[in-house]
Amino acid sequence: MNAVGVIAWQELKDGFRNRWVAAATALLAGLALVLSLVGTAPAGGTDVDPLAVAVVSLSSLGNYLIPLIALMLTYDAVVGEQERGTLLLLLAHPVGRGHLLAGKLLGGGAILAIAIGVGFGLAGAAAAAGGTIPAASWGALGRLAGSGLLLGLAFLAVGLLVSTAVRQVATAAGVAVVVWLFLVVLYDMAALGALAAGAGEVLPRGVVSAFLVLNPADAFRLFNLAGVEGAGALSGLAGVQETLGVPRSTLLAVLAAWVVVPLAAAGWLLRRREA
Amino acid sequence: MNDAAATIETHGLAKTYGATPALAGLDLAVRPGETLALLGHNGAGKTTLMRLLLGIARPSGGTVRVLGHTPGDNRAGRRLRRHVGFLPENVAFQEARTGRETLHYLARLKGDRPRANDALLERVGLHEAADQPVRTYSKGMRQRLGLAQALVGNPRLLLLDEPTSGLDPMLRQHFYQEVETLRRAGVSVVLCSHVLTELEARTDRVAILNRGHLTAWDTLDGLRRRAALPVRFRVAHDGGLRPEAADLPAACRVSGQDGNTIWLAAPPDAKMAVLRAVSGHDGVADVDVLPATLDDVYAHFGGGDAVADAEEAA
Repeated sequence: MNAVGVIAWQELKDGFRNRWVAAATALLAGLALVLSLVGTAPAGGTDVDPLAVAVVSLSSLGNYLIPLIALMLTYDAVVGEQERGTLLLLLAHPVGRGHLLAGKLLGGGAILAIAIGVGFGLAGAAAAAGGTIPAASWGALGRLAGSGLLLGLAFLAVGLLVSTAVRQVATAAGVAVVVWLFLVVLYDMAALGALAAGAGEVLPRGVVSAFLVLNPADAFRLFNLAGVEGAGALSGLAGVQETLGVPRSTLLAVLAAWVVVPLAAAGWLLRRREA
Repeated sequence: MNDAAATIETHGLAKTYGATPALAGLDLAVRPGETLALLGHNGAGKTTLMRLLLGIARPSGGTVRVLGHTPGDNRAGRRLRRHVGFLPENVAFQEARTGRETLHYLARLKGDRPRANDALLERVGLHEAADQPVRTYSKGMRQRLGLAQALVGNPRLLLLDEPTSGLDPMLRQHFYQEVETLRRAGVSVVLCSHVLTELEARTDRVAILNRGHLTAWDTLDGLRRRAALPVRFRVAHDGGLRPEAADLPAACRVSGQDGNTIWLAAPPDAKMAVLRAVSGHDGVADVDVLPATLDDVYAHFGGGDAVADAEEAA
């Protein structure tokens, strides 16, 4: 096993021991179950199958929760090791600084994959128990889980960047909260507010769509709402996506860039630093 | 291969943090199977040197070669660290992991089979506590775990920063026996220690760092000779011995006297003359010969500055 794998495996083991895996899975599974059960009630009268409704609800849930869990997993990954004095010993081993970050990212990714897989899987099973599900909706659930993991990796990378950029764990925690609030809550509100106020007519179309699409949380949501039949009736955003006409591959590329760019920046910062 | 010639080789090695020089033009060489004691007060540059040897910090000037390679964060530098065991000062571990888990993790990072290292836990006497979390460990147990991880993967160079802090005298002795065994097997060992007296007879060379400068680098005997520190004698007698009447060599002086004890000091080359003079008296009951300790030598070569600084600050 190379250094990246060794570190990732140890992070996953730590995640099981300190109950991060259990907590994240329980949180996602609990809320997803509630959403899918409650979600089937109002949709009872429409033609929309219950899983399609659940996917729309879950994409909103994931939009808030996955970034939060991801940031909590990595905000102290580097600065915490430094504060506890364990970073020096780690760097004295045949471990590159890039390996350290990649290992932490993959370890966090494995924890998120378990939480998302179990959580969303349970929601799908609950929805399926209520009626027959068309194949397209299973596909939508699969895409939701996959893009959710990619969203998680993006925020794990952002958390690693925060953890590398600051000198104290407490600062990292504060910065992580601000990052989450800005990227997940405020940015979204500002974007939709601007669109509602008619910015789409004043500004060039490309600017508006770029503004919305460049945010990882919005890219995740647009990606998942676009494909669901009848989602437009259930979500305010789906209409936006159709208007903007951004291809799904672009949305995935944006999410992937949010993994690569912060990770590269963190690597650059960590290599420049002398522990 | 030039790593057969020298495990560590530095030329004009310098490191500055901002405007503060931590190391200024260091020339050092350590050969396989050689033990170097690195002495110096806090901030003298010992830890900086260790970081440069590991490639964790980059030199501001000069060159450093370890096992024939330049340390650093590249492929060659990483491969080099596989053969270096490091025990940092005040070693810390993830508290929630068990001792065994910690050792296995670090062994895997070195590309070593973890199971092979269970024997190490026994060697440092941690086999019974191996499956308890590190959080329950005492300072001494942490230090022993630190030593175990430094020995993972049969290193060719050991960098040990304050290795015996927190160890009781038995374990301390045991530790130095281990170092001696490794040394015989050709492992080079660099020891940083404040507990100077216990390094005696265990180190081939002593390097004394003072404010980033190497103020001395020699064998212990060489340093003693250069310092020419006096040998001291404690002479116990029946109360009738007068130093003036003892026919002592001219170079010998009386450094203290109380009741039935006389303290003498003489240059090393006058040692036998003093002993002959003293032992010729019937009233002498006992003679202790006290050569200059490493502490004395250390103080002579500038290590005493730490004390002076502390007094100034106070």
